[in-house]
Amino acid sequence: MNFLVCLKQTFDTEEKIVLKNGEISEEAVEFIINPYDEYAVEEAIRLKELHGGEITILTIGPDRAEQALRSALAMGADKAVLVETEDLEDELDEHSISQLLYAAIQEQEDNYDLILCGYMAVDDGSAQVGPRLAQYLQIPHVSTITKITIAGNEVSLEKDIEGDVEHIQTHLPLLVTTQQGLNDPRYPTIPGIMKAKRKPLTRFEIDDLSISEQSISAKTAQKEVFLPPQKQAGQILKGSIKEQVTSLVEKLHKDAKVI
Amino acid sequence: MNFELTKEQSMIQKLMREFSEEEVKPGADQRDQTGEFPHDIIRKMAKLSLMGLNFPESYGGGGADTISFAIAVEELSRVCASTGITYSAHISLGCAPIYLFGTEEQRKRYLIPLCTGDSLGAFGLTEPNAGSDAAGTQTTAVENEDNWSIQGSKCFITNASHAKFLSLTASTHSKTNNQRQITAFIVPTGIAGVSIQSNYNKLGLKSSNTTEIYLEQVKIPKDNVLGEIGNGFKQFLVTLDGGRIGIGAMAVGIAQGAYELALQYAKERVQFGKSISKLQVIQHKLADMAMEIELARTYVYKAAWLKDQDKKFTKEASICKLFASEVARRVCNQAIQIHGGWGYIHDYKVERYFRDAKLTEIGEGTSEIQRNIIAREIGC
Ligand SMILES: Cc1cc2nc3c(=O)[nH]c(=O)nc-3n(C[C@H](O)[C@H](O)[C@H](O)COP(=O)(O)OP(=O)(O)OC[C@H]3O[C@@H](n4cnc5c(N)ncnc54)[C@H](O)[C@@H]3O)c2cc1C
Repeated sequence: MNFLVCLKQTFDTEEKIVLKNGEISEEAVEFIINPYDEYAVEEAIRLKELHGGEITILTIGPDRAEQALRSALAMGADKAVLVETEDLEDELDEHSISQLLYAAIQEQEDNYDLILCGYMAVDDGSAQVGPRLAQYLQIPHVSTITKITIAGNEVSLEKDIEGDVEHIQTHLPLLVTTQQGLNDPRYPTIPGIMKAKRKPLTRFEIDDLSISEQSISAKTAQKEVFLPPQKQAGQILKGSIKEQVTSLVEKLHKDAKVI
Repeated sequence: MNFELTKEQSMIQKLMREFSEEEVKPGADQRDQTGEFPHDIIRKMAKLSLMGLNFPESYGGGGADTISFAIAVEELSRVCASTGITYSAHISLGCAPIYLFGTEEQRKRYLIPLCTGDSLGAFGLTEPNAGSDAAGTQTTAVENEDNWSIQGSKCFITNASHAKFLSLTASTHSKTNNQRQITAFIVPTGIAGVSIQSNYNKLGLKSSNTTEIYLEQVKIPKDNVLGEIGNGFKQFLVTLDGGRIGIGAMAVGIAQGAYELALQYAKERVQFGKSISKLQVIQHKLADMAMEIELARTYVYKAAWLKDQDKKFTKEASICKLFASEVARRVCNQAIQIHGGWGYIHDYKVERYFRDAKLTEIGEGTSEIQRNIIAREIGC
């Protein structure tokens, strides 16, 4: 069975966000595999252990994203593909990324039976890339899965729906996006880490893909980046209940402007 | 010159940071109080092939280098020094002599179960009357027709309760000139005449295993000699050189852990209407701590790097161990000071670091002995 995991390298969730000239500064920041994508890698490895096959990890990103690919290879994936976007001046949005993933998949000799993506990236949080990619590939997709069982061509899935579980039956080829609760990602072993360097990693520039600059140009534009307002100290209203209510309504209306 | 970790080293660092935070830290305070040995942690580490980290894959090891070993010991000790010393002693005192001096047969028989975690590694050098003067060993081994007979005792031996065998030193007599010499042996712990106790009431490192070993007419086969007959003294000097990198790394980890706690506390604690971290006195303490830790770590890496390059590293191993252990003592002392009264109380953790740190100035050669070694190495 051929597995493909689409993965993004993101900010370490422990990092503090610092803005510099209206952009999020990447200075001295630690990068990690997007946590939801880590579930996808782990699930692919578990499925490979059960059914055999090969796992390819694909990422679109800057040069440093190689580190995330090596980590996935250390966990047990077999090979990796990096589409480098370092030289690209234009902004990329979910549309561009899914187009690029699609184009990169077209370059591969393999046909993938199962494609796994994290359900969203913790940085942008759009949850769009997986479903968009499935659309381009013209294959079914199920989002936010918490369990997957494959028998032949048949796939049984469970997904979390607000505290309830939805059971879905579908078939390969398929794209799923992975949700917390699916598994507990393993630590890489030392032999895994030592072998990661020797596993194949292919690099593409955008020019290497059969795709026009136009078809990847962003459909959205980012207007402003700002931090949430600093939390102010709380206020305790004084006086009779009536006075307190009056003052509260006034504050909600005039200061907070919510009513 | 390049101060950057390799990709493998940084992946091992990331792994060890996560593993220590998630698996080692949660029970550390409790283990400090109960003295319970971290069996579960060792089992999990074995699954990741950490127990043979820097030994060849052909013996079940991980094929990593000494710098990676130092990183692993530092990260464990940053959250739990008892686990740190257990691991450091296993690798540098348990596995290393067998790898360095063992025959192919001995490596297969003994190094493989150590690397896979089936046995913990231990090394018996110190005796009640032979500590710093380890060559003064009073344990004796007499060669009989078809075996060796060992008689004596060892003290303060780390990990021996959980070891299926250990290497130890004993005095022997040269056949040619009847001179007293020292020879190392591999002794199974389950055979007649060997008894192991762990009854010490220690200052710190409470959940590490520290034992006394009694050897009463212990008979071991002739092929259990480790290395050359009469070469035991030279062999343990080489072993301790490597072990000192482990203790240096352990000291850096303890210091780092205590420093992080102190920094965080200083930012949170408010006195005289402002955070104590805004007081220059406290800032300077923290700056000194950060500086000393950086220097200690850099030197631990240098000693480890020299070892990985197969260069001589005796002096550097002593310097890194001596400096890092004294840094750990100073940093833990100041970490308590910054915490004020709470620093003296178990819940705030730094008192555990303070107690644990002290061992690093004693084990694998006291600070006085390290100064003797450095003095000798610089030609005094
Ligand atoms: C928790 C723990 C774990 C240990 N694990 C092991 C282990 O796994 N294997 C093992 O073999 N040993 C182990 N040891 C023993 C340790 O290595 C010794 O305690 C150490 O080497 C010091 O020996 P000693 O205790 O006999 O002190 P002594 O040698 O009696 O020293 C007493 C004091 O005299 C000083 N002194 C002695 N000689 C000189 C000198 N020539 N010049 C200047 N000063 C000197 C010392 O520095 C020290 O301050 C462990 C000890 C502890 C506490």
